[in-house]
Amino acid sequence: MSGNGEDMDVTEARIGVFVCHCGTNIAGYLDCEALMEYAATLPNVVYAKNNLYTCSESGIGEIQKAISDHRLTRVVVSSCSPRTHMPLFKSACAEAGLNPYLFEMANIRDQCSWVHMQERDAAQAKAKDLIRMAVAKAVLLTPQKDIEASLVKKAMVLGGGMAGLSSASALADMGVEVFLVEREAELGGLLRRINRVGPSGEKASDIVADMVRQVRDKPNIKLLLETELAGVGGVVGNYEVVLKTKSGEEIKQTVGSIVVATGAVPLNAEGLCGYDGKRVITQIELEEQLRDRKFEAKNVVMIQCVGARSAERKYCSRICCLSAVKNSIYIKELDPSAHVHVLYRDIQMYGTENEKLLWDSRGKGVRYDIYDASRPPVVKDGAVELYQPLTGMTVEIPFDLVVLSTPLVAPADSQTIANYMRIPVDGNNFFLEAHAKLRPLDFATDGIYLAGTARYPATVPEAQAQGLGAASRANTILSKDKLTFSALVSQVTDRCDGCGFCVDLCPYKALSLVEYEKDGQIRKKNRSDSILCKGCGVCAATCPKGGVVVLGFTRKQLEAQVDAALESLQ
Amino acid sequence: MDVGRHPRIRLLAYSEVEKVEGEVGNFRVTVRKKPRYVNESKCTGCGSCAEKCPTVTSDAYNLGLGKSKAIFKYFAQGIPSSYTIDASVCRNFQQGKKCGVCAKVCQAGAIDYKQEEQILEVDAGAIILATGYELFDAGRVPEYGYGRIPNVVTALEFERFLSASGPTHGHVYRRSDLQVEAKLPELEKASQKVLRELEKFEKTFSMTSDEFFEKFEAGELTGAQYDEWAKAIKGYAPLKQQLENARKQVDCMESAHRIAFIQCVGSRDKRFNEYCSGFCCMHSVKEAIIAREHDREAEIYIFGMDIRAVGKGFEEYRNRAGEAGVTFVRSRVAEVTENAAHNPILWFEDTKNRIVRSLEVDLVVLATGCEPSPAAHKFSAMLGIPLTDFGFYKTKTVPALDTSRPGIFTCGCAQGPMDIPESVAQASGCAARAAQALSESESMRLVS
Ligand SMILES: Cc1cc2nc3c(=O)[nH]c(=O)nc-3n(C[C@H](O)[C@H](O)[C@H](O)COP(=O)(O)OP(=O)(O)OC[C@H]3O[C@@H](n4cnc5c(N)ncnc54)[C@H](O)[C@@H]3O)c2cc1C
Ligand SMILES: Cc1cc2nc3c(=O)[nH]c(=O)nc-3n(C[C@H](O)[C@H](O)[C@H](O)COP(=O)(O)OP(=O)(O)OC[C@H]3O[C@@H](n4cnc5c(N)ncnc54)[C@H](O)[C@@H]3O)c2cc1C
Ligand code: SF4
Ligand code: SF4
Ligand code: SF4
Ligand code: SF4
Repeated sequence: MSGNGEDMDVTEARIGVFVCHCGTNIAGYLDCEALMEYAATLPNVVYAKNNLYTCSESGIGEIQKAISDHRLTRVVVSSCSPRTHMPLFKSACAEAGLNPYLFEMANIRDQCSWVHMQERDAAQAKAKDLIRMAVAKAVLLTPQKDIEASLVKKAMVLGGGMAGLSSASALADMGVEVFLVEREAELGGLLRRINRVGPSGEKASDIVADMVRQVRDKPNIKLLLETELAGVGGVVGNYEVVLKTKSGEEIKQTVGSIVVATGAVPLNAEGLCGYDGKRVITQIELEEQLRDRKFEAKNVVMIQCVGARSAERKYCSRICCLSAVKNSIYIKELDPSAHVHVLYRDIQMYGTENEKLLWDSRGKGVRYDIYDASRPPVVKDGAVELYQPLTGMTVEIPFDLVVLSTPLVAPADSQTIANYMRIPVDGNNFFLEAHAKLRPLDFATDGIYLAGTARYPATVPEAQAQGLGAASRANTILSKDKLTFSALVSQVTDRCDGCGFCVDLCPYKALSLVEYEKDGQIRKKNRSDSILCKGCGVCAATCPKGGVVVLGFTRKQLEAQVDAALESLQ
Repeated sequence: MDVGRHPRIRLLAYSEVEKVEGEVGNFRVTVRKKPRYVNESKCTGCGSCAEKCPTVTSDAYNLGLGKSKAIFKYFAQGIPSSYTIDASVCRNFQQGKKCGVCAKVCQAGAIDYKQEEQILEVDAGAIILATGYELFDAGRVPEYGYGRIPNVVTALEFERFLSASGPTHGHVYRRSDLQVEAKLPELEKASQKVLRELEKFEKTFSMTSDEFFEKFEAGELTGAQYDEWAKAIKGYAPLKQQLENARKQVDCMESAHRIAFIQCVGSRDKRFNEYCSGFCCMHSVKEAIIAREHDREAEIYIFGMDIRAVGKGFEEYRNRAGEAGVTFVRSRVAEVTENAAHNPILWFEDTKNRIVRSLEVDLVVLATGCEPSPAAHKFSAMLGIPLTDFGFYKTKTVPALDTSRPGIFTCGCAQGPMDIPESVAQASGCAARAAQALSESESMRLVS
């Protein structure tokens, strides 16, 4: 952008309207020539033009030429979606010396020609309405300046398991100074309790040792062990993080971005299926026995989905079937004459290598039996009673060890962590990403990212891929020289009396009440953070007295649009 | 979309990698850019050309269910939005005819019949293999009758059925009915042609065809000219019957109410792929829910062994399908046959009640599995990186996204079957690994 058009006098609204044909996308259904002629008759419009493609080089050139030839102080393009083309047109205005906030768009394609192909007359009338509304609003536009903010090229990675270690290591290699915060005295997370990592079978301790070495070798990673999060303030680019060490010491740091990799923990089986920690143990306890070579049992029964896929915990924990199948093989390898019986509902060995492991375990003589959730197996003294839906019979399977596959659950303090950072959790207390399919590692809040089992149960390679992914997401912010934000955000006006209606409703937590003194009295007033605010408009729609407005969508501007819309009814 | 606009991403679509030389930090990649016969930088994606192009083909994206032109865009929101001429059907290239219609209508002047393929050299510090998957060919499973029984379709075909922009605008019909409907104009044309012929005879001999035929049959009229007329009349009768039947069938065409999904088609099957394709259970659940939303009365069955609902929110989604009335049957379907009404019949073991049963439905949807893209073999040989036994790029538990060669990473279904969120997470992860590899190669260069 060559300038923001600061020296141009824009008080008088001299509007140029550009009607785009979008090839046949619009012109195939609407009479663009007539729309252009109509636009020229609207108040304050001093120039109107139609183009085959307003977004093409020649179309952009025509806008810029008209700005100087006709001394335009507002530009309205009536074409396609602002989501895809607004940035292009705005920067075209800026290049021609017009403040980009003096630009307005009417979407006569996605919202008109495309959806009303069958009703051309009505569509033509609607297109006129849309253009008239845009012109009416354009008159009231005011020049604005983008909000710029500095940023700190540092990151905090919270949690030192596979996901956190991978994130920290990648960020460090990208030249970012990293604070890796781990609550425990050692790095590695859940993997430290695991024997071997399925389906491939490497020793978990080797994998951890290798990752920890990488992290310790990097001078720009600062390890903060036995340290916990105590608070987070600030905004993207400048998060103020408060940490507390075991000894109670407080550490304050400003970081540009945060990766949340706080993991998950296996559900405690106390009170489930006769759990006693000795003859009836959990899968993670079996891992520890195998790891420490303390395992000895001849008749093993594993029960899947204990405490999972149930009324109180609806989800499937993704990794426990893998753990069971993997461990059943290790038991058979230690002692081929051992009996291993896996009782399951669905055996979730998704993907290529996991399914292969399942075939292999069957080949080694591991027995699999389906059970029905409505008639689950009962652990009795020395035998598991199982109703076999496939035979219609009830059988007793003798055991000297029962292993319960319990799901991974969110750590008890995840809600607290979420509150510190103003990020959401889902119904199971796992952190909730911005978009389940397309933004799995992002939060709606800028600059905070998510990886590993803190998001949802995941395997080791999945946790690592996510950790690396979160690092590259964080670097999309950290690699910038400065942060630029739209000026179209909320502003508190004199009419705000501090009632606080809007504060809790803001989905981005951009509003807060501040106290001040007037006439010797303590009063409250709303304050808006222009970087946290996304301009969604919830606050302005809530406030009954116009105490908060969103620039670019002020009451006056919206009223002008509504009036213009209603004109066609008169 | 973001990729298309990003200033630091150069998109080389319709291109193939020919050769890779060098090593991490310093790869030199030779790319062959195939001719589109349309100038990408001029084409605005308006579609005027395709509207006027006289050459109609079947639409690959809509799996032959819809129609496309010789100049086409693979799908509406494709990036780049440029059109492409399929030289194998275009009249200008094929029949040596001078068509040139698209060049005339294109206001952007983007059509370039002389465009030639280009060889480009690209310098890259790291390479990410994201060559994805191919679908298992359902026709390989003889017992499900795909290709033989019209009302057995694949899950991908069914997605197009459900799509509002698909060939049926989101309505689900039996494919056998749609085939009849598609044939109707052809039949009408043929019958009109014969009718015109008959009319000519009627004029020449000044009698109606019926009168004539009666006399002809009675042997009152003989001669070569009459034989021809009689032949035309005889030929018309079956055509008329066919047309009437087709019209009747189309008139009373109803949407497909009873739909059965068969899981693990080509997957978890020693004859084909031993492995689980990961995403097909969930797309059947999704398609079942959407089909129920379109048609509250639809009877929907999902036949599978295990329903692998292992992602975030998936088990809940599966339960929602159950609550919405989708019936899950734990069974591997043995065979699909067809009855006289063209309805598929499923034969399966009802494992809950331990009997063999059959079920008649209107449409069977096959959840076909995921196979490695043929590109995997090509790049494996070209780059000397190993594949797994199943033909996907081989990686380790940790590092999870690295191939055996430094600086070359892989993500998504190229590495193994996975769904969109996993693919997206891995893709971001590969970007980080690429950055790491470059910093490592940088530091190595500084050291040496
Ligand atoms: C029984 C069992 C068997 C398994 N077997 C396999 C297998 O065979 N193959 C496989 O691929 N996967 C397996 N897994 C899964 C594997 O353990 C996980 O994928 C992996 O450990 C997840 O890593 P993570 O970094 O996401 O989380 P974690 O390993 O849980 O790491 C999170 C870290 O964050 C720390 N932390 C938490 N809260 C805070 C806080 N507030 N402040 C600071 N630090 C905090 C924790 O102390 C921990 O160190 C198994 C899991 C279980 C339970
Ligand atoms: C019917 C169906 C429904 C589905 N529904 C869902 C769903 O609802 N949710 C979900 O999460 N997942 C769904 N999936 C799974 C989803 O399709 C995959 O997870 C996803 O497409 C994987 O992305 P990818 O980039 O790894 O591979 P792909 O999508 O296969 O992309 C690979 C790309 O690489 C290109 N390519 C291949 N070889 C070369 C070469 N040599 N040179 C250059 N380019 C090359 C290909 O043309 C292709 O564009 C569904 C799958 C099917 C079959
Ligand atoms: S992974 Fe297996 S054991 Fe764990 S909840 Fe899912 S189905 Fe149950
Ligand atoms: S506009 Fe939306 S994001 Fe901004 S302060 Fe108001 S409610 Fe919050
Ligand atoms: S030259 Fe003719 S046949 Fe070929 S793409 Fe253009 S319009 Fe179609
Ligand atoms: S995802 Fe489901 S349908 Fe697909 S192969 Fe695996 S078990 Fe079979």
